[in-house]
Amino acid sequence: MSDQDHFVEIRYAQKSYGSLEVLKDISLNVERGQIVAIIGPSGSGKSTLLRAINDLDPLTGGEVWLDGVQVNKSLPHRQYEKHINEMRQHVGMVFQHFNLFPHMTARENVTMAPMLLKRLSKAEADKLAEEQLDKVGMLDRIDYYPSRLSGGQKQRVAIARALAMEPKLMLFDEATSALDPELVDEVNLVMKKLAEEHMTMIIVTHEMDFAASVCDRVLFMDQGVVVEEGPPSVVFKNPTKERTREFLRKHLAGAA
Amino acid sequence: MDIDLMMRVYPFFLTAAWTTIQLSVLTALLGLSMGALGASARLSRFALLRFVGAAYVSLFRGTPALIQLFILYFGGPQIGIQLDAFEAGVIGLGINAGAYMTETIRGAIISIDKGQREAARTLGLSQWQATYKIVLPQAARLMVRPLGVNLNMLIKATALVAAISVVELTYTAQRYIGSTYKPFEMFLLAGVLYMIIIYATGRAVAWLDRRVQIT
Ligand SMILES: Nc1ncnc2c1ncn2[C@@H]1O[C@H](COP(=O)(O)OP(=O)(O)OP(=O)(O)O)[C@@H](O)[C@H]1O
Ligand SMILES: [Mg+2]
Repeated sequence: MSDQDHFVEIRYAQKSYGSLEVLKDISLNVERGQIVAIIGPSGSGKSTLLRAINDLDPLTGGEVWLDGVQVNKSLPHRQYEKHINEMRQHVGMVFQHFNLFPHMTARENVTMAPMLLKRLSKAEADKLAEEQLDKVGMLDRIDYYPSRLSGGQKQRVAIARALAMEPKLMLFDEATSALDPELVDEVNLVMKKLAEEHMTMIIVTHEMDFAASVCDRVLFMDQGVVVEEGPPSVVFKNPTKERTREFLRKHLAGAA
Repeated sequence: MDIDLMMRVYPFFLTAAWTTIQLSVLTALLGLSMGALGASARLSRFALLRFVGAAYVSLFRGTPALIQLFILYFGGPQIGIQLDAFEAGVIGLGINAGAYMTETIRGAIISIDKGQREAARTLGLSQWQATYKIVLPQAARLMVRPLGVNLNMLIKATALVAAISVVELTYTAQRYIGSTYKPFEMFLLAGVLYMIIIYATGRAVAWLDRRVQIT
């Protein structure tokens, strides 16, 4: 039943809220180990597209495939829930506002899902939490509650939480947009590290420099369509579309 | 003020206060259960359940508790519900308190940022797992204070069951007024005992609220 050859494949994705068309027939393929950045003005549908990949915002049309399995296949409610919960275990997601669980320590944030869903013992889960929090440089804060962490630290714990489920795909929705400028680098560094480990990642970002330095491919979206896509060297340096040029002009000027 | 009289009758008032406490505890337990059910119904994904929950709340908050008690106790036998006064008091007040607690519990649940549930679902948790692992533990902490307010109201509302002759504080005060003609002393005595019960409860709620806050 799988006629698809790509690790992530989005076919003719459509999304509308009433009469508002947010995604208009978007298709996108991502290969294993690739890192794709999605850029574009506010309201262009970047988050909607990203969140469609794990069905957080279900599409109104089109298909999403991950590693040979259709994510948004039509099933009766109960079966669909079972299917989607299983799919989501393989897709890590990092949010702009971290969404750490405030009633749990950094350790508990990381161990909760593996213990509940993968039946890890407390000891196994603790070991996993130590590994993952060490990886993001948060081992020394392992027993802190989120309220006592800075934004950058929270985001690093949130990344560790996602990684603890051993995802094959990571989605980042403006992971550094809510951070004070001096805290952005520590999160970017963690993402670079993941890139070096060949984690497949789709990254929505407003940071052009970061996108240019880690991504294999950049997608420029505007008003629900992909206006231009290609390697960062082309999209950033020699964009072919006027809309892309205009966006970059504004954005790079704004950033400078 | 007839202090002497008050000293003589207060043991009877203590017994009555104990009845008030029992009424309050049972009513609170029933109210909490009804509140949990009511909130679940109001937040259900099934429209019919949502409707039932909303109807429950507006019916029992929209009519006087005294009328609800009268219907249950005096009207009940007509439709085959036979309850003694204490049972009718607990059930009537409990269902009434449940309507208020439904709104308290629902309010706490919907005030949890929806990013919390999203983050949980993204990890692969089911709707129910996200609810009991992530949303409810946070909502429960927010509920303590407002449920404390519900509890305060509920304790005061137990005075209503005097009207169906449950021998609790208010009824006892009225009865002693009948034989002593000293309403000031008798109501004062009842009032002081209510105040002690409510004050102690308030302290307990405040203590619990401090205990559950995240450090
Ligand atoms: N739940 C919703 N109901 C109605 N409209 C929505 C909803 N969610 C998003 N939209 C609309 O969909 C469009 C795309 O939103 P989206 O969040 O995907 O944009 P974005 O590219 O991520 O923007 P930003 O850079 O500001 O995060 C916007 O016009 C937004 O107002
Ligand atoms: Mg967005």
